[in-house]
Amino acid sequence: MAVETHVLDDDCEALSGWGRTAPALARVRRPRGHAEAVEAVLGCGPRGAVARGLGRAYGDAAQNAGGTVLDMTGLDRILALDTTAGLVVCEAGVSLHRLMEALLPLGWFVPVTPGTRYVTVGGAIAADIHGRNHHGSGSFGRHVTALELLTADGGIRTVLPGTPLFDATTGGLGLTGVILSAALRLLPVETSLMRVETERVPDLDTLMARLTADDHAHRYSAARIDLLARGAATGRSVLTRGDHAPYDALPRHHRARRAPLAFRPVRLPAPPPHVPGGLLGRASVGLFNELWYRTAPRAATGRLQSLPAFFHPLDGVPHWNRIHGREGFLQYRFVVPYGQEETLRRIVRRIADRGCPSFPAVLKRFGAADPGWLSFPLPGWTLALDLPTGLPGLGRFLDALDEEVAGAGGRVHLAEDSRVRPETLAAMYPRLDEFRALRATLDPRSVLTSDLARRLRL
Amino acid sequence: MKDAFGAPQSLLVLGGTSEIGLATARRLIARRTRTVWLAGRPSPALTAAADSLRALGADVRTVPFDALDTASHEERLGKIFTEGDIDMVLLAFGVLGDQARDESDPVAAVRVAQTNYTGAVSAGLVCAGALQAQGHGSLVVLSSVAGERARRADFIYGSSKAGLDAFAQGLGDALHGTGVHVMVVRPGFVRSRMTAGLAEAPLATTPEAVAAAIELGLRRRSETVWVPGALRMVMAAVRHVPRPLFRRLPV
Repeated sequence: MAVETHVLDDDCEALSGWGRTAPALARVRRPRGHAEAVEAVLGCGPRGAVARGLGRAYGDAAQNAGGTVLDMTGLDRILALDTTAGLVVCEAGVSLHRLMEALLPLGWFVPVTPGTRYVTVGGAIAADIHGRNHHGSGSFGRHVTALELLTADGGIRTVLPGTPLFDATTGGLGLTGVILSAALRLLPVETSLMRVETERVPDLDTLMARLTADDHAHRYSAARIDLLARGAATGRSVLTRGDHAPYDALPRHHRARRAPLAFRPVRLPAPPPHVPGGLLGRASVGLFNELWYRTAPRAATGRLQSLPAFFHPLDGVPHWNRIHGREGFLQYRFVVPYGQEETLRRIVRRIADRGCPSFPAVLKRFGAADPGWLSFPLPGWTLALDLPTGLPGLGRFLDALDEEVAGAGGRVHLAEDSRVRPETLAAMYPRLDEFRALRATLDPRSVLTSDLARRLRL
Repeated sequence: MKDAFGAPQSLLVLGGTSEIGLATARRLIARRTRTVWLAGRPSPALTAAADSLRALGADVRTVPFDALDTASHEERLGKIFTEGDIDMVLLAFGVLGDQARDESDPVAAVRVAQTNYTGAVSAGLVCAGALQAQGHGSLVVLSSVAGERARRADFIYGSSKAGLDAFAQGLGDALHGTGVHVMVVRPGFVRSRMTAGLAEAPLATTPEAVAAAIELGLRRRSETVWVPGALRMVMAAVRHVPRPLFRRLPV
């Protein structure tokens, strides 16, 4: 057989995830409408196609080596809005940022937002993202009332909640089809400010007790842990809870009384494109974490914060993923069920003892599990930390943590993953076989595929 | 697919009985590698090498491959890529020859050059094309410090490695931005079967050390790797030693 040589053309682009690891070349198509999307999927060639949004998944979920990647950001129209019922219908490439710009002045907010608003609606559904309100509101997919899915055969189906295809698609990493549009239920808000409570917590046990005691009293709740603190201070953290501030709660002469629904995020300059790696070692990150903990208020209630400052502080710095240098970084996000607190303590202790240079990691309590077959949340504790891949022995260390997580009945987040072993996956996601079976009937030739699907044999 | 640390899931070793090749395979099997293709001339040694890797839990297949038979490369190697993605190709074949004998036996000398250079050019181009078509992967080429500056004691081998090194560097530049990564590995004196009985040079290393350097280079997506790393500085100096002096050096 003759080896085909790939002719490079302008459409081909080496893509990687937000963590900037494992780049792969794909032909990028940017459909502007349904017909172009259908054409791109039907004509994608033997190595298949996958949809990509704003590239915020850390790993290889939205790359497809040697195949086609559909850049969905061209499908960026808000199609319909019902301001009385709080429903919006929009195309999959609309970002949460765009939704906030458009909807906040009308008094509506997205039902779930992750740590960045630069994700598309399609990506949010495919990764079934969660936010700090998961304990009350569940994941993003729960607020989708319908979606349009372009499947491998070129057909466009309307998929409704409660059907197997819907549950496979929410959290399905784009492997069931290309999401073209979705209808979302929105959250009414009176102002674009948050009423925030912050407190310092000296150690992990106190933190877990505080979270368990009164998480339900707030819509949003999460803590950030200093994973470099050791000994008695292991797990020291800053606990932040917030609620949308009602108009009446604004102080009498507060300037937000005149424009309560203003949305003006601040953008700082981006870091230069070539930051040397290894700048963020144990000493520099340790110093940052120390200052961060010391300057956090011991206990503060009723502070008002803007939405971007509360939800998306990192969005203020474009391309912040460059700070780890060209070797890149990864996010390790796992959950262990309630009752497995000992495993969580052991993992936190192992990370602290190892001295991984991680900026404050996020710890959160999840609510009920979501219906998506490959959705990440389950009732338990979730911890997420960013680590540069250049740390010696990190791969083996995280493999060992995977064993603990899987052994405790927990799992790692697939949309953030760039390194888990395919063998550990079945224990983490018990409905994986159902997912594979559905894919096999819906898409027998595996037209919709990604580097992540190849790596984990999904 | 490679993971965030550059660890491949499938590996093709050209020169399936190479000690460096096998040491690298063992190291990568301990990480993520599940499928290994060993390409080499069919021999009991190749079967034994495959068995030793199977014992580590990998799915190992052997494929007949002769560096000198360049006409067969496209068909033989192309077939491997049709069976699934290859995340990493390790070009590990090469012969040292016997400098003293080869100087008076041009046919033997040409065989060294053909194995190390033309064979590698042919196999390298075939694999590069296939990697490019799949849009990802690493081509790791085992060069040598001997190619950096030719010595009186092994200039036939050294010149073949010099050609290979230049070829691999150019190929790496040609494939820049295609998702395919070419890494040139330049080990110093490696204690192995190939060098058994030879006087050991300074900064000698082992196949295991070369394997460790390859694993690190994959993670960093390095373009050039020296083993041991100190050779980079040493060879930078050696490159500039004047010829009359270099001739007299006891190396």
